Amino acid sequence: MAISNYLALAAALFAIGCFGVMSRRNTIVVFMCIELMLNAVNLTFVAFSKMHGELSGQIGVFFVMVVAAAEAAVGLAIIISVFRSTLSVETPDSSELRL
Amino acid sequence: MMSVDTNLALVPLLPLVGSLAAFLVGLKARNLSGWIASLASIASFGVVLSLFGKLGHGATFEYNLFNWFSVGDLSVDFMLRFDALTAVMCLVITGVGSLIHLYSVAYMHEDESKHRFFSYLNLFLFSMLILVLGGNLLVLFIGWEGVGLCSYLLIGFWFKNLAYAAAGRKAFVVNRIGDAGFLLAIFMVSQWFGTIDFVELAQKIGAIDNMQSYIPVLTIIGICLFVGAAGKSAQIPLYVWLPDAMAGPTPVSALIHAATMVTAGVYMMARANFIFEHAPYAMAIVIVISVLTAFIAGTTALTQNDIKKVLAYSTVSQLGFMFMAAGSGAYWVAIFHVVTHAFFKACLFLGAGSVIHGCHHEQDMRHMGGLAKLMPITFVTYLLSTLAIAGIAPFSGYWSKHAIVAALGSNTNPYLVGVLEIAVVLASITAVVTAFYMTRSLAMTFFGEYRGHEHPHESPILMTAPLVILAGLATVAGYYGGDLAHYLEGVLPKGPYFHKESIGEALSHSWTAIAGVLAALVLYTKLREIPGKIYKALAPIGNLLTNKYYLDEIFGALIVRPLEGLARLLWIKVDQGIVDGTVNGTAAVVDVSGEVVRSFQTGQIRTYMVLMFLGMVALMALYLAL
Repeated sequence: MAISNYLALAAALFAIGCFGVMSRRNTIVVFMCIELMLNAVNLTFVAFSKMHGELSGQIGVFFVMVVAAAEAAVGLAIIISVFRSTLSVETPDSSELRL
Repeated sequence: MMSVDTNLALVPLLPLVGSLAAFLVGLKARNLSGWIASLASIASFGVVLSLFGKLGHGATFEYNLFNWFSVGDLSVDFMLRFDALTAVMCLVITGVGSLIHLYSVAYMHEDESKHRFFSYLNLFLFSMLILVLGGNLLVLFIGWEGVGLCSYLLIGFWFKNLAYAAAGRKAFVVNRIGDAGFLLAIFMVSQWFGTIDFVELAQKIGAIDNMQSYIPVLTIIGICLFVGAAGKSAQIPLYVWLPDAMAGPTPVSALIHAATMVTAGVYMMARANFIFEHAPYAMAIVIVISVLTAFIAGTTALTQNDIKKVLAYSTVSQLGFMFMAAGSGAYWVAIFHVVTHAFFKACLFLGAGSVIHGCHHEQDMRHMGGLAKLMPITFVTYLLSTLAIAGIAPFSGYWSKHAIVAALGSNTNPYLVGVLEIAVVLASITAVVTAFYMTRSLAMTFFGEYRGHEHPHESPILMTAPLVILAGLATVAGYYGGDLAHYLEGVLPKGPYFHKESIGEALSHSWTAIAGVLAALVLYTKLREIPGKIYKALAPIGNLLTNKYYLDEIFGALIVRPLEGLARLLWIKVDQGIVDGTVNGTAAVVDVSGEVVRSFQTGQIRTYMVLMFLGMVALMALYLAL
């Protein structure tokens, strides 16, 4: 299979994720979209790794996954604590830190 | 012959330690501070005496404390040097200083912050001793600035009176003008001769082959040095601070503004004689200024009614006499007058202090009178000192003043041709005027009926004893003129010979002074209405004298007010406009731009995301385009 197919799929996934982050108000959905973007990048890593016959790209994927897991833990904790104080997970509601 | 003597450091160190101790102990026990300060002063006097005893003829003691700094070829040591000239000055400073310290213990008895007073007084002694012991121009300059500081602190000692504080400030500012001249001279000396040490400098200047080409430089240096001396020693046009300096306590006036500090300029000129020797033009300026100063200050003293103001103008006038001698190259005569003047003027000031003390802080002579019976010791000492300053043989003032007029008369400065005769006449008139105004103050204070409303009383023995000692010295010091001349040989140029006349001869030579004394005595005791009539008849002159030749007003119009205007301009336009404007403008720019940038900061995560996305797209586009 040609590399361009993988890249096209990854670009599509990334664009969907990016659009979601910009347009959705629900923090949890935004979070999922970020995961989508990360996985789009992972896909390009693996594709290029296969094309070049090298493993370093796949190692990169593990790093991204580890970071994504850590980010999910921290991010969800933030969302929960924000929810506890504001009873909302909508992003515009949490702008009171602005001066 | 030079030898090292570490005791030299003790001379200034004792008053320095005394200054600290007097203050710190005085915080707890006010009455001890005066005794501590006196003790330090007397101890210093003792060390000076022992050094004086050990010092052979023409010998010098040196003590190099440390190398202060060296820059390029210029190396400056913190060098103390004790030669015959320094010995004479040190003896006067610590000797008269000790007497004045003891006097002050009684005089300042009731003052609440006397620990401060005695601390300053000792600090002054320290600075003054550094000034005369300094082996090079910079160490001398430390002392020079130190005495200026102490003078400022002590003039404004009663700083709660704003006029007194202003007088201190005036003295400080006027002195700065002179100091600027002195500093310029030091810079030029180091620039041209590569050393500022007095001994090395004298050798270098003595070894110059083509002196003709150095004369302009030496002349400018000499003039700058004299500007410094004119500031410290109250010569025209910088003398205006000294009469105001009478705001300080009277012992301060005696010590600083009569006996020691104001003679620093004369000392400095004598010390730098090897420069002035080759600067006849500068010497001519010294003569003109000093004669004018002596005359103007002397005549101003005629109409003053404040007893301390009379003495202040008299001091300015006598300093003029000292510079006449120094300007004529008769340095030992100048130092001779410094010494005799220190005795009789310190005695007069302390006498005035005793009178002020006895009359409960009355200084106006119109409210005194008849004190001769009430304060006999003060009266006799004041009388002796008056005769001394009037220049009547056999008292000391006669010998020094006659030597000065003789030196002035035999001046051969080519720049003074035609001027010298006028100078001699003015100096002689001033000498008579001196006799007149001093007798006037004597008569107004001690003769006739008491015109005040207090109950004058004689001062305690602690105050009268220094008076007696100083009056005794003022009486006999004149006989030692020849010894002094011999003693100072080798340090100072030889100068004129001291004429030791018999009493009869001397008396016949002092007839003008005697006439002045008698005239004043008659006018201010028997014919008391006459002076007022003379004053009315000569109203323009009288007003001129009462208003001190309008010098303060002239300075105000010519210098102070333009400077004030300039300061106001700099303050409002430059400081508030440009400097503050720049600072405030910077803040305003940040403020406004912050307001603008602030609107991007919405707090909406989605907005940030969009901006981030757009930024990333832009960066990528840039990357692809390149």
